[in-house]
Amino acid sequence: MPGHTGNVRVQEAPFDPGAEINGFLARNPNSGGIASFIGQMRDFRGTDRSGGEKVSAMTLEHYPGMAEKQFEALIADARQRWALDDALLIHRHGKLHPSEAIVLVATASAHRADALSACEFLIDWLKTQAPFWKKEVSSGGAAWVAAQSTDEARAKRW
Amino acid sequence: MTLLYFAWVREKIGISEESLTPPANVRTVDDLMTWLASRSAGHADAFADRKLVKAAVDQVHVQARADVQGAKEVAFFPPVTGG
Repeated sequence: MPGHTGNVRVQEAPFDPGAEINGFLARNPNSGGIASFIGQMRDFRGTDRSGGEKVSAMTLEHYPGMAEKQFEALIADARQRWALDDALLIHRHGKLHPSEAIVLVATASAHRADALSACEFLIDWLKTQAPFWKKEVSSGGAAWVAAQSTDEARAKRW
Repeated sequence: MTLLYFAWVREKIGISEESLTPPANVRTVDDLMTWLASRSAGHADAFADRKLVKAAVDQVHVQARADVQGAKEVAFFPPVTGG
């Protein structure tokens, strides 16, 4: 997108979601609707919030090069479907701890409808397409996280 | 051809990357998995259940029937779990 750089960032360092969103607002003064999604590292394993085993850390492995390429392709796809002024995708890799942001998706449009739909589309497809693999560390040891069939179903809706 | 392995595929094989020249009869991703599985116990373990292994050819997701002839980089990995 001419005039905009830094639509996609894959980084090991933590990021500040609030600061990123403020920066995204500032660089899109013509956009009335900004939508965002933040995925953070949770502190339990599996889907059982109360009974789930506590997770102390996570390692996110990724495929450098392909990850960025996939994000660019997803943003290009979103631009075909909705009237987007701008989009931002940030994804961590390496070691993470609970309550750290893993992923940020932000979209800008003239009005809310396109921004909201594109944001949901991007995170749904990212979950099934972006080459990242989570390994959770708990008192029971380290284990790779299994892919969820519900993620596949959500992405297919689009 | 550069072969890349990620997550538990990498752990089972024991290396993250290798450079190999497959024989001419290796035409598809599926052929490549068959050939790689014959190379070591770790490779055999990684490709024991192929439904669990996904592939990318030159950094694009592909199906098992996809062509690998002429590919520079082929990656094998479990279903992705980012986001």
